[in-house]
Amino acid sequence: MVLAVISLGGVLGALARYGLTQAWPHHAGGFPWAVWTINVSGCFLIGLLYVWLGRYRPRQRLLRPFLGTGVLGGYTTFSTAMTDVLTAPTVTGVLYLLTTLAGALLAVWAATLLAERVPR
Amino acid sequence: MTTVLLIAAGAAVGAPLRYLADKALRSRSGFPLGTLAANVTGSFLLGFLLGLPVSPTLAAVLGTGFCGALTTYSTFSWETLTLARSDRPHRALVYALASIVAGLTAALLGRLLAHMGA
Repeated sequence: MVLAVISLGGVLGALARYGLTQAWPHHAGGFPWAVWTINVSGCFLIGLLYVWLGRYRPRQRLLRPFLGTGVLGGYTTFSTAMTDVLTAPTVTGVLYLLTTLAGALLAVWAATLLAERVPR
Repeated sequence: MTTVLLIAAGAAVGAPLRYLADKALRSRSGFPLGTLAANVTGSFLLGFLLGLPVSPTLAAVLGTGFCGALTTYSTFSWETLTLARSDRPHRALVYALASIVAGLTAALLGRLLAHMGA
């Protein structure tokens, strides 16, 4: 059952990622803004999600695998974040690599602080 | 429409595989080796695919679908934050650096291998 909900969630997340990259393509050699935004927003959302699930739905066994491992796992991508670095011009690639990492970590951290601050 | 179905098929396999890797490899200390393995493997495979002249069909199934869903930035960030807040916070730095360095190296190796074969 867990595998099935993760699979379904992964499909939904991957299609959302595909839709965004289609709607917001980057030209060859340009900064991959769509994937950057997908990864950073996915990190923000997982921070909110995991804090709130722990607080409001601690007994729900399938929501975390479905929404976290599945949807957000399928939505964000580590492999594209790596290969985009190789295909971009050096300066753009290094900037992209570092700002994705910094943005992702700041986003997940800020989201947990925000989620923990919301009064019960 | 076909592209959407191809991506869905790849993602339907990639996401649960990442979960299984996490279950199999997560160490007792809580270090997320499974996610690391999934991210590095997916980066290698995507690097390889992009280095080859692949059909749009394969690119959708294996690239956008499978590699995209097998790998994850959100879980990686969450795990890094969790390690940073643990009693051994230096492991967050080890995890983040290992993921980025191994991921980039794997993507590069995949691409080199594809160019050698092509």
